[in-house]
Amino acid sequence: TATVGGPYGEKASGPGVDFSYVGIDAILEQMRRKAMKQGFELNIMVVGQSGLGKSTLMNTLFKSKVSRKSVQATAQEKIPKTIEIKSISHDIEEKGVRMKLTVIDTPGFGDQINNENCWRPIMKFINDQYEAYLQEEININRKKRIPDSRVHCCIYFIPPTGHCLRPLDVEFMRRLSKVVNIVPVIAKADTLTLEERDFFKKKIREELRANGIDVYPQKEFDEDAEDRMINEKIREMIPFAVVGSDQEYQVNGRRLLGRKTKWGTIEVENIAHCEFAYLRDLLIRTHMQNIKDITSSIHYEMYRVRRLNENNTVVAHANGMPEHHLAAHEM
Amino acid sequence: STLWFVAGEGARAVPLAGHVGFDSMPDQLVNKSVNHGFCFNILCVGETGLGKSTLMDTLFNTKFEGEPTQHNQPGVTLKSNTYELQESNVRLKLTVVNTVGFGDQINKEDSYKSIVEFIDAQFEAYLQEELKIKRTLHSYHDTRIHACLYFIAPTGHSLKSLDLVTMKKLDSKVNIIPIVAKSDAISKSELAKFKIKITSELVSNGVQIYQFPTDDESVAEINSTMNSHLPFAVVGSTEEVKIGNKMVKARQYPWGTVQVENENHCDFVKLREMLIRVNMEDLREQTHTRHYELYRRCKLEEMGFKDTDPDSKPFSLQETYEAKRNEFMGELQKKEEEMRQMFVQRVKEKEAELKEAEKELHEKFDRLKKLHQDEKKKVEDKRKSLDDELNMFKQKKTAAELLQNQAQQAGGSTTLKRDKERKK
Repeated sequence: TATVGGPYGEKASGPGVDFSYVGIDAILEQMRRKAMKQGFELNIMVVGQSGLGKSTLMNTLFKSKVSRKSVQATAQEKIPKTIEIKSISHDIEEKGVRMKLTVIDTPGFGDQINNENCWRPIMKFINDQYEAYLQEEININRKKRIPDSRVHCCIYFIPPTGHCLRPLDVEFMRRLSKVVNIVPVIAKADTLTLEERDFFKKKIREELRANGIDVYPQKEFDEDAEDRMINEKIREMIPFAVVGSDQEYQVNGRRLLGRKTKWGTIEVENIAHCEFAYLRDLLIRTHMQNIKDITSSIHYEMYRVRRLNENNTVVAHANGMPEHHLAAHEM
Repeated sequence: STLWFVAGEGARAVPLAGHVGFDSMPDQLVNKSVNHGFCFNILCVGETGLGKSTLMDTLFNTKFEGEPTQHNQPGVTLKSNTYELQESNVRLKLTVVNTVGFGDQINKEDSYKSIVEFIDAQFEAYLQEELKIKRTLHSYHDTRIHACLYFIAPTGHSLKSLDLVTMKKLDSKVNIIPIVAKSDAISKSELAKFKIKITSELVSNGVQIYQFPTDDESVAEINSTMNSHLPFAVVGSTEEVKIGNKMVKARQYPWGTVQVENENHCDFVKLREMLIRVNMEDLREQTHTRHYELYRRCKLEEMGFKDTDPDSKPFSLQETYEAKRNEFMGELQKKEEEMRQMFVQRVKEKEAELKEAEKELHEKFDRLKKLHQDEKKKVEDKRKSLDDELNMFKQKKTAAELLQNQAQQAGGSTTLKRDKERKK
């Protein structure tokens, strides 16, 4: 290996004095510029029974009305008879960084009396997105940038029973963790005391381990020692106990997002109160790129391998073609 | 049954009520790339002696090892070397490919071919990886050529036809950045005319050289200025000379010193700026989204794939590619077998011919031998009869002599008698 730097050592500052500086590291700036120009895409799915605060959490995470409910205000929210998959996209921008955020809601999940196979439509949706991407990828004339509708992350809402996971939870996570990054959260965690919360979390982690369920961040995808160290800390904390709110209250002279009750105000972004901030940091501020990478280089590749090894004639129509995307609008 | 609802392409713009934090995304992306390292591949095309290796050394501030190339190559070969460079936290895997023997041949008609083949081979390797079932694209060492520096000899007149032909063949496959090499051989005024001539020749021959991109406002201005300075007139040097109180890269002549990094002396700084500091990422992107896509499209179409056929199942691309490849291999093997058979056949025939000839020769030999023996016998016989005759003659002679002697003894008188009789 050759270290660029010449006999005069590190890069000297000022113009005309950079005889030892090549400028290779300028590529970082070039990449940043390109990324800013292109913008980013993020597709998050929320899964859980109704009433667990999924929509509110989405709004809280993105500090904006991005949930389906906010977009499609209906007079009364009926629980649908079957599971529906509803996907809504938003363009958001922060400090010059543009993002196309798609929130995929799954109303009806876990709400029926008989919830057998309720993961099926969700599994199908996820696979359909992989299929759509694959179709585009193998075209002869393909787009410069293949639109990415693959589900990067699936937030699974666990009801705050305080005891253990329900069979439905185990079944869903067991199946889906094989095709998508699952981030389990304890919903409406303000109904648990800290001790109850810790006990519940420990129980959940045990059950996940016992059932061989690998949630994000998956141990096997840690890239190096540094990664492993960071991710171990996260793995010791999941599932995050979250509280969502899009209402602001005055607390100690500041306006904060929170839930106001007679016995006090729960501050959503206060880590002493709940773990929302950890979830937000994980999903958005530190691991967003990693979540997308795992989706594209592992989950998608696995899907692709499976597809390529299958017999063509059987699956030609089973998983749908791109036309599906502009299906019926809900009235 | 499940219902889908998608808001469609026109996602609505939504204002944020506070700091969310996804503005860290570019940083997250950059960090991931830093951990991964970068790849950059440069192809240097030009005749021997135009300073290609020196320019690379100068650009990257290091001495890439390598022996000076030979001039006795039968064709143009491409020599590729990969180096690991590091600057602050950026690790770069740089590959420099040199055209060895370019322009050395008497007949240069096929010179461009090995270059095109090389570029295509890198595309092919990537395509193969992309089409594999189990693939590792994110850890694949990308060898596709991102930039082609075309070295133009500093004649001062115009482009050589070899240059035009080669660049025309390469312009749809790679980003071409033409440079005037060893430009300290040309005076400033000649250089200006030379550049104009080169540019107009490129335009009139429809050669598409790489244009520095002007769509991003932060670099649009500098890029469009630089576009007008093409081709860059460069001078390379790794030797340092003291100018004032600094050591600078320069070439020292008795009449003065050409400073490589002095923009009044040559365009080296411009080249470095454009190639590395401003557009390296764009060069990589264009290679992938334009040149590679074109190659892929052509290759797949050549193999008979079409997009529009709904029955052409997705995987037939993969499978048919494999099938076609196997077919091709099968054909190749068949041909090879045929050729082998033919060869064996020919050998047999030749052998038979030779045997035949040998046989004939033997027969001839036998015939001649017999002839010879016959002749010999005849001669022997003749000799024998001659000998016999001789013997007989000898005998007769001896007998005759004897008789004569006897006759003489008795006949001396006879002769006298005869003579007396005659005298009477």
